[in-house]
Amino acid sequence: LESYLQDVQQFSSPKMHLEQYPTDPHLAASVLFTAESSYGDLQGKHVLDLGAGCGMLTIGCVLMGAEQVTAVELDKDAIRNLEENLAEMEMEEMCGVVQADVTSLPFRDNLQFDTVVMNPPFGTKQNEGIDMVFLEAALSRCRGAVYSFHKSSTRDYIVNRFESDDYKVEVIAEMRFQIPKMYKVHRKKEVFVDVDFIRISAG
Amino acid sequence: VVSTQSTGNYFIQTNLRMKLLTHNMLKSHCKGVVNGFPLKITSNQVDVKEIEFNPDFISRMLSRLDWTVFVQSANLLGVGEGLPDMLPEDQDFDDEDVLKKIHHALLEVEVIEGELECPETGRKFPISKGIPDLRLNEDEK
Repeated sequence: LESYLQDVQQFSSPKMHLEQYPTDPHLAASVLFTAESSYGDLQGKHVLDLGAGCGMLTIGCVLMGAEQVTAVELDKDAIRNLEENLAEMEMEEMCGVVQADVTSLPFRDNLQFDTVVMNPPFGTKQNEGIDMVFLEAALSRCRGAVYSFHKSSTRDYIVNRFESDDYKVEVIAEMRFQIPKMYKVHRKKEVFVDVDFIRISAG
Repeated sequence: VVSTQSTGNYFIQTNLRMKLLTHNMLKSHCKGVVNGFPLKITSNQVDVKEIEFNPDFISRMLSRLDWTVFVQSANLLGVGEGLPDMLPEDQDFDDEDVLKKIHHALLEVEVIEGELECPETGRKFPISKGIPDLRLNEDEK
């Protein structure tokens, strides 16, 4: 799985305000493998990838047996990268792409997906709280499980806010994201952020 | 019909086009709209691409679709021939001829250029190079 994902092309024109960087292929491979092997959340399922970017998670889901993946992405340039990656992997048949804003999803009211996967923006001063907006959007569209990445510093907040009779929050793994210097503004070569990989399941 | 886009030194042919399966999911979410589903498809650039028939997949998708809208939209694009007005109640629907017709309209018909029109405001969301663009302008949020 990981070797296929290593061939996924990166963003050709990354945009700072959208926090665009590719999900690390090794990481994507491990988390998606876990989602299927431990929970059976991908094989034969209809999956939603929110903020799909260049498609690392979309492609990983198809490789793990997802029957249909719907990818939502805001940025036209990223969609171009996504399309090319899907074409290279010959996965266009299993995927539908919609250009839209995750904060305002254009899905009919009763539409639910089996599984939602995402690597959401963590939020900067300009759009603080965007990570929680993504999580709310994901949960509202999911009949099964949501898989997402969030700063470990937000873990308590997430558990307090979402853990309930209706939802179970699990921290499946802790990791360090190495976010490369992609933009002139970054002074260091790369930044390390402690990140939780979480699973929130309904019912 | 394929389109070619380039990255760096090589050309990739991409074939991602909007299918009726995706259309069946989408609604208009402009401010003030009460029920933005379904979006009316218009297109003068539709293609057909052969896709391997998987009867199990089609059977499973049937319960997820808004059937009336699917048939309506297929008819709008001129590909609705043979689709029943209503799905039989029977969970184990397996009439292969009908499943093949559903497969064709659902997955093999592709919209390359066109528009998706909001049923209440008339606002047209473009489909360009096969990608439906459902982003709202600032004043529509």
